[in-house]
Amino acid sequence: MIRIANGQGFWGDWLEAPVRLVDEGPIDFLVLDYLAEVTMSILQKQKQEDPALGYARDFPPLIGRLAARLRERNIKVVANAGGVNPVACARAVLAAAPGLKVAVVHGDDVFHRIDEFTGKGYEMRDMDTGEPIASIRPRILSANAYIGAFPLAEALDTGADVVIAGRSTDTALTLAPMVHRFGWRPDEYDKLAAGTIAGHIIECGAQCTGGNCQMDWQAIPDMANIGYPIIEAEADGSFTVTKHAKAGGRVHSDVVKEQLLYELGDPHRYMTPDCTADFTTIQLADTAPDRVRVTGIRGGARPPTLKLSISYTDGWKSIGTLVYSWPQALEKARAADRVVRQRLETLGLRFDEIHTEYFGYNACAGPAAPPNPDPPEIQLRIGVRGEDRRMVDRFTRELIPLVLNGPPGATGFGEGRPPVREIVAYWSALIPREEIETRVEVVA
Amino acid sequence: MKQPLSTVAHTRSGDKGDTSNIGVIALRPEYYPVILREVTPERVKAFFGDRVTGEVERFELPNLGAINLLLHGALGGGGTVSLRIDAQGKTYGAALLRMEIEID
Repeated sequence: MIRIANGQGFWGDWLEAPVRLVDEGPIDFLVLDYLAEVTMSILQKQKQEDPALGYARDFPPLIGRLAARLRERNIKVVANAGGVNPVACARAVLAAAPGLKVAVVHGDDVFHRIDEFTGKGYEMRDMDTGEPIASIRPRILSANAYIGAFPLAEALDTGADVVIAGRSTDTALTLAPMVHRFGWRPDEYDKLAAGTIAGHIIECGAQCTGGNCQMDWQAIPDMANIGYPIIEAEADGSFTVTKHAKAGGRVHSDVVKEQLLYELGDPHRYMTPDCTADFTTIQLADTAPDRVRVTGIRGGARPPTLKLSISYTDGWKSIGTLVYSWPQALEKARAADRVVRQRLETLGLRFDEIHTEYFGYNACAGPAAPPNPDPPEIQLRIGVRGEDRRMVDRFTRELIPLVLNGPPGATGFGEGRPPVREIVAYWSALIPREEIETRVEVVA
Repeated sequence: MKQPLSTVAHTRSGDKGDTSNIGVIALRPEYYPVILREVTPERVKAFFGDRVTGEVERFELPNLGAINLLLHGALGGGGTVSLRIDAQGKTYGAALLRMEIEID
């Protein structure tokens, strides 16, 4: 049995979580997920400005903080902290934690290969819209292939203490230690599916130990000290989800079910570079407090393609807010919205979209919100987006004047004009997997 | 008898691009057939009104006593493009618990 813990569900997750996982009980592998789809574009921009950047900068100081304990307890770390510059990340880790053996996985970054792929006849059509990639070619900021668990396991096979990947799948981080330790082969689909589903359960950190949990949320114990999840994996593919005993939170089948369904598509075909997992085969059992046993998982062959994650610029946006108070808070906010729209029209400003929400009334759920006919206060929230930055800039000047020249009782303008942000949109496409060759490098 | 969905289920929701998914999980095994009968794609689409511009798909997971709903075109473009406060559909699961269903 091996214990695999997840201490980071996204870049920006709780800094104390990985430290507590190491300190509060036994684990063999610490996995850390740093990358979201848009993160890669931010990192690519940072690398263009400074060739020594382009990775998750929280990671090296964390390893520096933990180094002595990792070595003492023989805990291996697997993280997709490398972003678009895994070697620079590895050097920073070595500077923070001299003496650790660090391996990186290359091959996911295809930013400089897009034209090569197009030349070979791959259209890389968007998986949602079906558009060919030519329509966004000049605006591409980053392009990465999602890689699976086997290259990460190969990196662990070198004896590395820390494995740094770029755009691996989230689930591969958890599956890789199982492939490494149990010697699972690429055609052992059921086991790979089980390890993948274990990864899905823990990839969002505390979301499977009582965080963001709707079921009895008021009764989740000691949320301030919530424990991050641990998988106790067996060589046959069965596993137990748990947490350290003294940590807060709760591990129960109700909690695990919520996380199993989180961001799920077709449950029969959960596709990864490693296998196709079938979520309708999962069997859960509450075997003891804070222990959920998972068995029965079946899977199928890996797909012949890998998914590309491509980011590109898609115009500009800005969202401004003002608060209106009782009486007639909602009516005042609606009147202010009409005034803003009329003024934008008069100025001749054109946008792809103008969107208004009434926060405190129905911004989250729209028609599904509960009735609230006379709210005590309402935040008016107007957003615009478009190709022309100057028009979006001009929009940001149109909200604050309403405090003096619009409906009465407006406040909440203390932050000044809202910022204008460049939109970095996301494009997903498929590429034959033989185009992506991965390579492991031990960085000295 | 008409009751809100929260009487028989708990939920969790999230996003994939411009699609929001809602997992609906029976609080007890005997409630699962009620969820299957009452929480149909048509009724979910009607409940969210103009918030869902595409179709609603439903998948069944009897092993978990759960269904997975995919609400296409429900996030104003999704991700970084969306101008909405809840561009990830994080609150849609809780919102659905208000839907009135017939409980035996």
